[in-house]
Amino acid sequence: MDKVYPSIDAAVADIPDGASIAVGGFFTAGSPVHLLQALARQGAKNLTVICQSMGPGNEDVTTLVTQGQVKKAVCNYPFYRSATRGASSPFEKAVRSGQVELEVYPMGTFIEKLRAGAAGLAGFYTPTGVGTVVEHGKEKRSFNDRDYLLELAINPDYAFVYAWRGDRVGNLTCRKTARNYNPEMAAAGTITIAAVEELVEPGGLDPDKIHVPGIYVQRVVKVERRNYIPSIE
Amino acid sequence: MNENHRQLHGLSRELIALRIANELEDGTYVNLGIGIPTLVSNWIEGRDIVLQAEIGMLNTGPLAAHGQVDQDLINASCQPVTELPGACYFSDCESFAMIRGGYMDVAVLGALQVSEKGDLAGWNNPERGFPERIGNIGGSMDLAVGARRVIVAMEHTTRDGDFKIVKQCAYPVTALGVVKLIVTDLAVIDVTPEGLVLREVAPGLSAQEVQSVTEPKLIISPVLKEIHL
Repeated sequence: MDKVYPSIDAAVADIPDGASIAVGGFFTAGSPVHLLQALARQGAKNLTVICQSMGPGNEDVTTLVTQGQVKKAVCNYPFYRSATRGASSPFEKAVRSGQVELEVYPMGTFIEKLRAGAAGLAGFYTPTGVGTVVEHGKEKRSFNDRDYLLELAINPDYAFVYAWRGDRVGNLTCRKTARNYNPEMAAAGTITIAAVEELVEPGGLDPDKIHVPGIYVQRVVKVERRNYIPSIE
Repeated sequence: MNENHRQLHGLSRELIALRIANELEDGTYVNLGIGIPTLVSNWIEGRDIVLQAEIGMLNTGPLAAHGQVDQDLINASCQPVTELPGACYFSDCESFAMIRGGYMDVAVLGALQVSEKGDLAGWNNPERGFPERIGNIGGSMDLAVGARRVIVAMEHTTRDGDFKIVKQCAYPVTALGVVKLIVTDLAVIDVTPEGLVLREVAPGLSAQEVQSVTEPKLIISPVLKEIHL
């Protein structure tokens, strides 16, 4: 069961217009930038991108926006923190003009929606967001005298994830805080594409230190580790 | 606008952070938000306090010095950090299960407004003019709801002298009735079912002066004292 693709471009070649794609990475850490760059070359349109941020620390998502490939984004921290920086951001402009639709969820809710999708659940009740704008349009229900909101699962067509090491059958080991959203997004994607810095043969990873079991990963591609200084400015 | 405003001088941001560090108990798990809360980490070195980073880490150490930067090791503000002995990593999903599950003893958060009922508004400044229900929520709502004790660290008023401690939040709220303690440059205030209790004032200030920059009526603690650092 060899899941290795010969190139990044081959791994994203079949993504159709209208696909939904969960993209791992917390700002700069563990972001599958090579796959985003390949998607920009591939050109699929009307995409729904499910990603923490649309620009800060993740400028490669911005290319998809400037090329008009994104119809909708689902985020928890979409914008630059600085108003001045945000004002010049293509994504913020596209949201303000109505060109891109945006849904925002609290961070814990955002990733739990993907976990629920991965785990065969329709949704879950969370206390987060009660009494805030997040309540809008959602069922509110009381359990043991505490209010909760019903949040529904997200089942993306694709997931782009990043790992430090991966084997040919799709097992992945992440490194430090570059793990972040990658495991749950990998599990949630119908087709999950993993970019790995180091590709090893089956048996090359310690089975006790695997963060993403290979069953969740359909495609593996080897990429070069980029070196950068983390920043969201 | 607070018409009676005059410039009151109190603690620097660093000293607000120190006052909060003194409030934290040993043996606790703590999450620090962006802004003044982050500065609290400068005052707890060597203490038995474990910092959680919501990106998925416990025992987060100080900011990484130049040359010590590991691009795979950042905090929730995308700053390169270090790990302390006993550190562990986990996914963001588990991190928030931990937060909502009530395992954080304390969350120290910044705020734009806090109400006398302990409502917190911090995620969306309407001046930014985003479309309705849109903005950078990040981890703030989960932390505000999940932490056992929420401490707010902020300047007492806006730069223009407007109230930030208000009867009712005008800005979009992060969570309702969650704030237990407010520490500002001018005062330390407990949020209680009876109302806001002024516990400490910055050196040289009177309770009346703090009241003049606070919209709701303050209950003056019988043991009111100056902030001791």
